[in-house]
Parts: sequence; structure tokens; C-alpha cells
Amino acid sequence: MPREMMFAEAIAVAITEEMQRDPSVVFYGQNMAMTDRDPFVRKFGKDRVRITPISETAELGVAVGAAMSGLRPIVELYMAEFMLVAFDEVINEAPRLRYMSGGQVKVPCVFKAGFGFAAGWAGQHSNCTYHAMMGIPGLKVAVPSTSADAMGLMRAAIRDDNPVVYFHHYMLTIDKGPVPEGEHIVPFGVADIKRAGTDVTIVATAWMVKKSLAAAEMLAREGISAEVVDPRTLAPLDVKTIVDSVKKTGRLVLVDQAPRHASAAVVIAGEVADQGFKYLKAPVKMVTALDTSVPYSETLESYVLPSEQKIVDAVKSVLAMQAAAV
Amino acid sequence: MVPASQLSKDRLTWMYTQMLRIREFEERVKRTFVEHPGVIRGHAHLGDGAEASIVGALATRDDNDPVMPSYRCHGYPLVLGTPARALMAEIYQRRDGVCKGFGGSMHLSDPAHHFPTASGIIGQGIAHAAGVAYAAQVKKTGQVVYSFFGDGSSKQGAFHETLNLAAVWKLPVVFVLENNMYQAYTYYKLEDANAIAGDPLSQKAKAYSIPGVTVDGTDVLKVYEEVGKAVERARAGQGPTLVESVFYRMSPHGNAITVPPVPTQFQEHEAIEVYGNKAEFEAAKKNDPILKFRAKLISNGTLSEADAKKIEDGVRAEMEEVVKFALASPLPTPEDAVKYVYA
Repeated sequence: MPREMMFAEAIAVAITEEMQRDPSVVFYGQNMAMTDRDPFVRKFGKDRVRITPISETAELGVAVGAAMSGLRPIVELYMAEFMLVAFDEVINEAPRLRYMSGGQVKVPCVFKAGFGFAAGWAGQHSNCTYHAMMGIPGLKVAVPSTSADAMGLMRAAIRDDNPVVYFHHYMLTIDKGPVPEGEHIVPFGVADIKRAGTDVTIVATAWMVKKSLAAAEMLAREGISAEVVDPRTLAPLDVKTIVDSVKKTGRLVLVDQAPRHASAAVVIAGEVADQGFKYLKAPVKMVTALDTSVPYSETLESYVLPSEQKIVDAVKSVLAMQAAAV
Repeated sequence: MVPASQLSKDRLTWMYTQMLRIREFEERVKRTFVEHPGVIRGHAHLGDGAEASIVGALATRDDNDPVMPSYRCHGYPLVLGTPARALMAEIYQRRDGVCKGFGGSMHLSDPAHHFPTASGIIGQGIAHAAGVAYAAQVKKTGQVVYSFFGDGSSKQGAFHETLNLAAVWKLPVVFVLENNMYQAYTYYKLEDANAIAGDPLSQKAKAYSIPGVTVDGTDVLKVYEEVGKAVERARAGQGPTLVESVFYRMSPHGNAITVPPVPTQFQEHEAIEVYGNKAEFEAAKKNDPILKFRAKLISNGTLSEADAKKIEDGVRAEMEEVVKFALASPLPTPEDAVKYVYA
């Protein structure tokens, strides 16, 4: 019987159960484990669960060193942008060291951060930064959209022998969803078809999956059958499932909360152009944020970000179009 | 820890030999740019001048203590027991290199000899060292981690964040700040507030309420004593110490940065090339840590002139063989480039 679990709860359960299973898993970050009453401190003690100063470079650098020495650190970063303060560790240390050592070391660590907080957090705390990481060889990037995936991908991230950036979308934090019993694991690099359809493929991640499913529901009422594909991890990226879906539907709409050129959508569009062009009956359409920073006022923010209606309009536009040359 | 005054003849001889091995290895790297242009690519950074500091510090190690140097990393693994031929082959881009040709001079790595990795980005390895120390603390291994970095690194955020965190967590780590007078091409008194104020760089320890000490890094036994105290303190669970080891980098920052096919080699030291201060460089050469230690060992009867000569000949022969081996080692297989991206 699946359990109902909030998205954030599913992540916490995964971390807790993995820490119980494997004593090499440690968990630390700012503003956590502040007292002995903290549930993680009570369960696992102050060696394995720690509060840190507000020092992202040290936090991530310590994770890299500890990971090379037999621990599996999970660093709680709270906000994706805080990783930018220590981007060298994310981009140029954690994923490079194994390669540069000729395979002698491994760096199994999880950088956990919320992102995309479209709730009035304005320009510096609402961003989608995964595009900067998904092309870094050696680094893996998870972007769950459901409670079940949040749990399963966190488990997989902790068990992975490589550095993983685990992005959880803030707007999904209190969403409830079913989670399978037992040690539910979602393997990296396996996309999930969240809704099957025949007329158009919508590829989306995280909060955009929820919006795309809502849009698909609106389209269904008009007799349009949309398939919603969630890659679940952006690195590795399951291009095959996406191309297979396009093969079936012939049309592709990419939905991404990031600005156009900083989106995962541009990468997916490139892969489909390379590997699936002959299946397309219409040009690929991208529904992304506008090329602005995220504004504070709700009316401005809504204008900038993708919405159900923008997705519906994009789907209708590709259905109206035939590809110029097939 | 054996006091420096009671170190055995064997141990002192070992220390002298290791210092010579570092010097000769670095000389051979430098000569390679002239004798075999193109064999070394990119940027190589030499540790000549640092021999007393490196060996004095590492002579205090227990067998399992990890060492985390900066990108100027040739000398440490030589002392730890990494075969010199594997280090040279790596620098020569060869398949028999310690990293199979994937890392090069700046990114040597030999975890089997307690040298996990070196970061080529200034200061970042300090945080990695603290992470290695955190693992030692959690796993209660009793290890002390040796973190080596230059004076330039001490201006990086990673240095300051890590010293604070290491002090808060009482990590078993010794921070050895190698003040070799130049941050890349920049004289340290142009960029260090402590130095400008006339204070030692070990002053920075005060900001984190940990012990800070400055030692003559050209005197191998003084380095041994001071690092030894720091190691004992760390092993006793009392947390980190900052040891500023002052010496003079005898070579320039690295080989000249040129664009292929323009050949590259080591030029004059920055002291002369940039600052026109030949007197400073000549004084440093007179204060050579190896010559000083040699004179001491002979004057106190540890070594005879013949003993010293024998050691020196042995080291030269070793490095001659190392260069030959590295030159003869095959290049990597191109298709192997996609290996090791993921574990």
C-alpha cells in the first residue's frame, strides 16, 4: 500500500532511512541541528549531524574531502543560489577530482538545495540554476516533481558514488503524494511518463510538471491528448524516452521555469533536433521564463514565469503547425 | 614525537635524502622544458626552496596521516613513497603516470600513499583537507591531516571559512601556510595586510582563536619541531594550528605561459624578471635549505663528506632513471579519455 507523504517529508524520510542503513552518511548545513532536540541529532548524534557557519565554500569543500575519505556527506544548502557562493566546489572540484586522478578517488556527496521559489522571493532566491550544472561531466543533477520521486531520487543520490546536486522545488514542499512502501529507489537517468498521450509531448521538470499536468487536463477537455514526460534527472538525461515520445506524438513542447537560454529546455531541444528531427511534424516550442530576473510583485512574477495557459497556448500552436520539411 | 635533537642518524639521513630527491626531481622537470620541448604541457609549478619545509613537516607524520598539498605538489608524494617515475610520467603526459595522464603537474594524486588529491584552484584544497579531517574525526581513526598551501591561498575565502569551521569543529588538521614570498607573480607585501603591517602571516590564526606560529622554513629541524607540536595538539583532539613556514621559492611561479607552438620554459625568478631585485634572489640562494642542512649534518658528524656525496650521487642516478622511464612510457590510449567521468 502506498503511503501519502508531503514532498519535504519524503526527502526527510529518505535521508533518515539512509542514515540508519549506512553509518557513513553524514548530514550538515546552516541553521540545522541547532539543539539536542533536533530529530536528526537525537537519532544520529553530533558527529554525523552538524550545524555549520554560513560558509558555503567550507561546507562544500569539507564534503568533497570527507567524501574522498569514506563518508557520504549530504550538505543542506536550503537555496540553490547559496551554491553559487561556492560554485568552484560544485563545478570545478567535486566533479573533476575523480577524473583528474585517473579514477583513483571517488566523491560521493549530495548537495541539497531548494529552488524556483516563486512566492515573492524576487531576484536572488527564486532561480533555476540547473542549466549551469547539467552539462558538467562527473556531476549528476536530480529534479524531482513528486513525493515518490523526491524520496526515490534522494535515496539514489545518497547511494551514488558521484557528486549529486539534488534540487527540490520549493513550490512543491507541502504537496502530498503517494510513496511506495519499503526502500523505494528511483534510478538516475530514467525519465517517467507522468501522463500518457498521443497528440503532443510535453517535457517538464519539478514544478513545471505540475503545471504541465494541469495544462494537459485543460487540453483533454478540448479533445487534445498530451503526453507529459518528466526526465527526473537532468544529468544523466534520458534522451531516449523523450525521443521515443516524440516519435509517437510528432510534436514537442518544452516547459522550463528558467530563462530561455539558461534552461534545460534548450539542451533537450538540441538533442531532439539531433536525434529525433525526422519524427517532428511541427517545430519545437519552448515555454520558458522570460529573459528577466524574477520580479518581486506577484503580477510581475506571474507575467515572467510559465503558466498553465502559456503551456496550453504553446500546445495549440504546435498542433496548428506542420513542419516545413520532414 | 622524538625531539629534533634526538633524531637518529638514519632519520636525519632520510630527511636529507628526501630533500635532495625533491630538489633533483624539480631540477629535472625544469630541464625537461629545455631538453625535451613539448613533453610537458600546460603549467608546472616547482617546489625548490620548499624542501626543508616539506620534509620537516612530513617527518612528523604517522604512517596513515593524509597529506593535502596545493597544485605545487611534486615534492610531497616523493616523500610519502609514491614512485618518482610515476610522478614524472604523469608530468610527461604518459600512461604510466600516477594519474594515467589525466591530471598532470597540478593535479597529482596517490591515495594509496595517503595523498588524496591536489586542487589547481588556489585555496580550495584547504577546505578539502578539513573534510578529510572531518572524516577522520567521525570515524575516530586518530589521523591528523596535513594541509599545505601558499601565502596567496591565505587571502582566499576558502582559507578563512575553513579555519573558522576547523576551529569550531576542533578538526584534527595542521594548516601549513608556506610563505614563499610570492603569490604567483605578486610579492606578498603587496597583498597581505599582516605583512604590510609588519606582522607575521601566522597572525591570521588569532582571528579564529587557534594557535599560530611562524617558523624558519629553511631549517628542516625547526619545521619538524613546530609542526610536530601542532600535530600532537591535533591528535590530542585540541584542534587545528596555523604554522607559517617562511622560505623562498627558488623558481618562478611556473613555466612561462605561452601559446602553442611557441615553446615554454622557466624564465628568471619574478624577483629579477618583474621586480628587478637580484639581491633578494641571490641572498635566498645563499640561504639554500639543502646546503644549510648538509653543512649542519657534516659539522655535527652525522654525515661525512663521502656519505653526503654518496647520497647525492644516488639521488642523481635515481632521477636520471626516472626521466628515462618517463620518456619511454607510452602515451595514453585516446579512447580512454571517456573513462573516469563517473564512478
